[in-house]
Amino acid sequence: MGWAGKILRVDLAKGSCTPEPLNAKWAAEYLGQRGLASKYLATEIDPKVDPLSPANKLIFATGPLTGTAASTGGRYSVITKGPLTGAIACSNSGGYWGPELKNAGWDMIIFEGKAKKPVYLFLEDDRAELVPAGDLWGQTVWATEAAIRAKHQDPQIRVSAIGKAGEMGVMFACIVNDQHRAAGRSGVGAVMGSKNLKAVAVRGSQGVRVRDAKAFFEATTKGKATLAANPVTGQGLTTYGTNILMNVINEVGALPTRNHRDVQFEGARKISAEAMHEKRPTDGKANLVHNQACFGCTIACGRMSQLDKGHFTVVNRPQYWGASGGLEYENAWSLGAAAGIDDLEALTFANFLCNEHGIDPISFGATLGAAMELYDMGVITTKETGGIELKFGSAQALATLVELTGKAEGFGKELGLGSKRLCAKYGHPELSMSVKGQEFPAYDSRGIQGMGLTYATSNRGACHLRSYTVASEVLGTPVKTDPLATEGKAALVKAFQDATAAVDSSGLCVFTTFGWTLDDIAPQIDAALPGGWTTQRLLDVGERVWNLERQFNLAAGLTAKDDTLPKRLLTEPAKTGPAKGKVNELGKMLPEYYELRGWSKDGVPNKDTLKRLGL
Amino acid sequence: MKITLKLYARLAQYLPAGAAENQARIELAEGASVNQVLEQFGLPPAHCHLVLVNGVYVAPSERPQTALRPDDVLAVWPQVAGGGWPGG
Repeated sequence: MGWAGKILRVDLAKGSCTPEPLNAKWAAEYLGQRGLASKYLATEIDPKVDPLSPANKLIFATGPLTGTAASTGGRYSVITKGPLTGAIACSNSGGYWGPELKNAGWDMIIFEGKAKKPVYLFLEDDRAELVPAGDLWGQTVWATEAAIRAKHQDPQIRVSAIGKAGEMGVMFACIVNDQHRAAGRSGVGAVMGSKNLKAVAVRGSQGVRVRDAKAFFEATTKGKATLAANPVTGQGLTTYGTNILMNVINEVGALPTRNHRDVQFEGARKISAEAMHEKRPTDGKANLVHNQACFGCTIACGRMSQLDKGHFTVVNRPQYWGASGGLEYENAWSLGAAAGIDDLEALTFANFLCNEHGIDPISFGATLGAAMELYDMGVITTKETGGIELKFGSAQALATLVELTGKAEGFGKELGLGSKRLCAKYGHPELSMSVKGQEFPAYDSRGIQGMGLTYATSNRGACHLRSYTVASEVLGTPVKTDPLATEGKAALVKAFQDATAAVDSSGLCVFTTFGWTLDDIAPQIDAALPGGWTTQRLLDVGERVWNLERQFNLAAGLTAKDDTLPKRLLTEPAKTGPAKGKVNELGKMLPEYYELRGWSKDGVPNKDTLKRLGL
Repeated sequence: MKITLKLYARLAQYLPAGAAENQARIELAEGASVNQVLEQFGLPPAHCHLVLVNGVYVAPSERPQTALRPDDVLAVWPQVAGGGWPGG
């Protein structure tokens, strides 16, 4: 009934795979995926555990709508304690892996302990087996997927894997499935590597049952019509992808540039969605080849790009000449503006390699930007970089270092620490543009005030996917608010956080919320699950999940002092654009936010709040 | 007076001949309003979702009376969104 009702517990130390029933009470309270797996994690591990120790657990979780006919019902999340942040980590991915797991009859997999030698899990419907992966250790994500499919002689096996970055403990290593989709943030790939777990390969043929098939198809068909009629989810995202934002965010003066020294990038247009559509003068072809959809998605925002074969990054490297996962906005920003680089082909190449080696492009690009500032200041020299000239704007440095970081070699190993540890190592912790150790995405909170509160309070460190107030403050969805105002932003952030936590627990993609509200989503969940699911119940789930994550983080040792922003954003005014002269005014928003949350002045949930949420 | 007109996404087709990289310098009468420019270039009002003058949003109700000044930058988008890497 939406849920498969079964989870797999894998003890890597013992080499055992044990099925167990899904905790139905928790499922009713936390829905699935992000919420439900967070409940399992918070219950089963000591929040103070070292994230890279065997005592941490790693959960792959689907939602009740994963693998169903609901539009975008293809998501899964990886939940663990994150090494980059020391906070609870939940990274969400699309593609086809999640539905395959659900079709094999499982809601989630919980990995415990550490394997003595490298292994991968092979799951074929009810059959689960840990397979030696010594021959795969050191291989890229792409090579691993190909090898596992060949070994089992089944090209339809879906593989979620780490590259060498995850094996070597790169702090922002991610877990990649279907070549271009990733559970990207917070270093979940490093946790997987620490467990000697190379991949999770799945083949499922059981289908997904829903409570009321007729009601479900009516609700999901109506939902698809709504998405199709919406100019964003029916046309904008499909045609231009997320990188349509590059020129928008630059124009409003909130495009973090050169490690947030600037808020506008002179090269923004060259790396925008518009540029991806244009024919290159060099070979007469456009960077963008076509769009691509994840499982069951009617939006299809994904980009497939092809490089100019004559570009310096791929000359004599034909393995990169085919079409592969192209630039999303966040990646175009992090690999581009964050380091002042405007070479679209180099950014695309770097994006390919992030997917191939399994590193988060946001944290990688932002850390490169921080390293370039240290180089600009003379703190880092070619002595440390192994001869690489780490100048802002250098596409050569980007191309070289993305590969070195992916392989955890040379100066790439240093970048693999993430910006917080790198900047601290070189005596300038203030230059890490991060919150709780996780690097910012592509919005400068001096120009979009609500995003400052979003970042400061995000339970997984700086992140745009926990509360995307940009939608309201810049894009006017669902209502336009002033990006430079602080009034009302606390309520806006809380509303976005709770709604997003509910969507992240459902199996749906958060991008549906450009066209759907929870009123569109609730009937789809209600038709799939027993127990009566309303918009209010989903909001309650979202708030419960948010507070559960908060409780985990507090128990892990984080405090209200961690709900802050780097000094640069609080004290150095934006130099240009509409926000010229502005800093982020977090202090005006945070107390109100705590109050709205029902938390103390120290950011601790009050007893009444916990009781109300059943925590 | 001259201003810079920037049109993005599918609105780029409304740029005057000779425009490049989504923008053009255009000549306007003194005191021309935002709406007058949008009308002059045949932009369908329903598609002018995000209208910025020097990066600052101008609501539909304000567009008729918002006068442009020399060297202003008027940038227009249809309804667009992004928000991330659908792997996050």
